[in-house]
Amino acid sequence: MSNLLGHYNYWIVIVLMMTGFYIVIARPNLIKKVIGLFIFQTSVFILFISMAKIEGGTAPIIAEGISVYSNPLPHVLILTAIVVSLATTALGLALIVRIMEAYGTTNEDEIHVQDEQD
Amino acid sequence: MLLANLPALQVVIPLVSAPLCLLLRNPRHAWAWATLVSTMVLAVAVMLAQRVYAEGTISYAIGAWATPWGIEYRIDMAGALMILLIAAIGAVIMPYARRSIRHEIARKHITLFYTSYLLCLTGLLGIVVTGDAFNLFVFLEISSLSSYVLISLGSTRRALTAAFQYLVMGTIGATFILIGVGLLYMMTGTLNMTDLAQRLPEVTDTRTIRVAFAFVTVGVSIKLALFPLHIWLPNAYTFAPSVVSAFMAATATKAGVYVLLRLFFTVFGSEFSFTAMHVGEILMLLAFAAILVASLVAVFENNVKRMLAYSSVAQIGYTILGISLASTAGVTAGIIYLVNHALIKGALFLALGCVFLRLGSVTLKDMHGLARHMPWTMAAFVAGGLSLIGMPLTAGFISKWYLVSAVLAAGYWPLAVLVLVSSLLALIYIWRVVEAAYFNVPGAAMHKVKEAPASMLIPVWLLIGVNLYVGIDASLIFSMAQQAADTLIGQALQ
Repeated sequence: MSNLLGHYNYWIVIVLMMTGFYIVIARPNLIKKVIGLFIFQTSVFILFISMAKIEGGTAPIIAEGISVYSNPLPHVLILTAIVVSLATTALGLALIVRIMEAYGTTNEDEIHVQDEQD
Repeated sequence: MLLANLPALQVVIPLVSAPLCLLLRNPRHAWAWATLVSTMVLAVAVMLAQRVYAEGTISYAIGAWATPWGIEYRIDMAGALMILLIAAIGAVIMPYARRSIRHEIARKHITLFYTSYLLCLTGLLGIVVTGDAFNLFVFLEISSLSSYVLISLGSTRRALTAAFQYLVMGTIGATFILIGVGLLYMMTGTLNMTDLAQRLPEVTDTRTIRVAFAFVTVGVSIKLALFPLHIWLPNAYTFAPSVVSAFMAATATKAGVYVLLRLFFTVFGSEFSFTAMHVGEILMLLAFAAILVASLVAVFENNVKRMLAYSSVAQIGYTILGISLASTAGVTAGIIYLVNHALIKGALFLALGCVFLRLGSVTLKDMHGLARHMPWTMAAFVAGGLSLIGMPLTAGFISKWYLVSAVLAAGYWPLAVLVLVSSLLALIYIWRVVEAAYFNVPGAAMHKVKEAPASMLIPVWLLIGVNLYVGIDASLIFSMAQQAADTLIGQALQ
């Protein structure tokens, strides 16, 4: 039981990851797919950030009388990854705007039907 | 000073040039700028490759931050071969791109095209030169994001959905890689690949590392379109502008294969990858399926561009087959296959781009009798096709020869039979194009079609020429590939 609760950050990550992944696979609406993708990526950010925490550690600023610091590197990495994820989401949404203009729908199934007719 | 910083320049030149390209509103200026930059990139790549060939692996600390704290750029023989390939293809397609892009892309988007192209070049070169696992992820995303843009610029609306499908799959793949890198960092506290390789053996027998290995492998496999994770590729290549199909087929998936090599041999070590995780058997099975299924699909395809796309999936299978043997001969064959296939597919897609420019279509029934009107283009297609099949005196023969010998040396004779059978399948689908273009009566609309301009034919024939040259004298590429395989496998043994 303590193992279950002690790793609660991982459980959050897994639930979020699977939620996002499920939305990407199961939803035909392209906008929802992008949202799912974003949730999926966010779960990984939490994985990184939660591993930076060190028990009893404080903010990584050198100060007297403190010897245990949290690891700042994962935060920096994730800052970069957030920028990447933002760019991906923006590009995905921009593509959806163009798809909406060209097909008149954002539903994947209806797009398939139109592609078949071409 | 400049010479010492070559590894950084390799990436920084195209990276800085991309936003500058955006400022040039005039399409012609943007093209001239992109051509200049890609030529400079090629010059840097040649100088780097010469240095690696003469002096061995180059290690470069970005911003003079000592490794493993700073980001290290590390170029070994395999990397030198890859940057040479990517930069050469990138430079060769530029004279071609001017006419082809003007025909296929709206005028207001042309500057954006060249900007994205330079960013894509940055990403692909970065993937190869970097020695840092997280940096790898960033460059992978730079190349992926820009290639989504490049694909979406295709002339039909299906290019948009193809780009979106690739975006979804590519992002899942990249996120898988990120998870893997995170788990590795969790266990070792380092991101530098050489450092990772030294620290991993202590913790290698944990579930975390095994999971990290699985995530990274699957993520990279999406990127390099390994069967059955290839479903983004046929649509992306079919609906992208012709130049983009050629560029991506020749470089993007190849950079992915290089990452896989680097991970299996340098980071995790072949002991762990192939003995403990049995990745060799898994890859062999997938390569087997890729070669057979994709070749069969290609045989029944009527759109020639899509036919070549499926053929690419099969050819990636061959490369992976070589790597899955995990022997020096196998990896050498895999690397030779990778380089030769880039030359072949680049030339074939470029020749098809010439057809699209003059004909406005690349389906078999529209190509009836085309060879009478575009003799040089179709001759290039036939030469490239023969190389794809593996005729002697072409690059394709050299790569298949080394692959079959490596497979036989490892004792898998049924796989050697498979390689021969699927070469026959390649013969069938290339023959269908030849039959349509040479032996069918041209339709009424055909008499207006004329030969493609020289600016497009010369790059095509340049690639075909290299193909034939490699087919006759393969000693240079073989010695480079073997040295690359030795470095990769040697690192694993230490």
